[in-house]
Amino acid sequence: MQRQVALIKQSLFDQGYLDEQFMELEELQDDANPNFVEEVSALYFKDSARLINNIDQALERGSFDFNRLDSYMHQFKGSSTSIGASKVKAECTTFREYCRAGNAEGCLRTFQQLKKEHSMLRKKLEQYFQLARQAGPKETARRPK
Amino acid sequence: MTRNQIAEELPNLAESKLTALVVDDSFVNQTIHQKLLNRLGIENDVVTNGKEAVDVYCSGRNYDLILMDMDMPIMNGIQATKRLREMGIESKIAGVTTRANEGEKKEFMEAGLNDFQEKPLTISKLLSILHKLNFYVQT
Repeated sequence: MQRQVALIKQSLFDQGYLDEQFMELEELQDDANPNFVEEVSALYFKDSARLINNIDQALERGSFDFNRLDSYMHQFKGSSTSIGASKVKAECTTFREYCRAGNAEGCLRTFQQLKKEHSMLRKKLEQYFQLARQAGPKETARRPK
Repeated sequence: MTRNQIAEELPNLAESKLTALVVDDSFVNQTIHQKLLNRLGIENDVVTNGKEAVDVYCSGRNYDLILMDMDMPIMNGIQATKRLREMGIESKIAGVTTRANEGEKKEFMEAGLNDFQEKPLTISKLLSILHKLNFYVQT
């Protein structure tokens, strides 16, 4: 099971879902907070679900307030950067570029991709954390090779 | 970085009883920044925007260090930093933001920062802030 956890984590990095920042967070786990990364991830997905909902509503209204959309996406990018959500962060950057260009079509297309990446990351991290809890605390502290 | 390595980096940090205020509207960043400060033995509080930071100081509280985000509702980091300096607050203020272009950084620094770090904050970056601001106790 520990090997399975290690493989899942390795794949998250190899496939670009996570970057070095995730490892920085795992380094902060200790006896006082053995599930720190999982807790921060839960906060991130709660916060990002709210932002996705805000952006969805803004886009459904049809009137593209690019400043507001850019502001939402700035927040989204910030928290994605903080947990090492690399692919999601990249889509946030692309979306913001389309906002600055006033490209509504680009925004819509990118937002669909962003939601896919976000959903995939959520599923993969849920699987990872579930297995990591079953395997024991040591496995989460090891860096992938 | 282990506690021993951190202790070697900054002698007597654990005994210094430094205090810090985290000013950030993101719960994710608040949690991470508080954890980083806790790891270094720095007592800390958190507020969610610049106005709350100003209010905390108006209430008589004081901190050695403020970790100030730039983009926040109600009162952003630039406005809050300027306001705190106008009030005569001499706490060290480190701007911590994802905005990294030179113009934005310059504007934030000119508001009255002592240091600036690009997010995401890490132990290394926090140690860099503490080093630069001479936060360690000489014995």
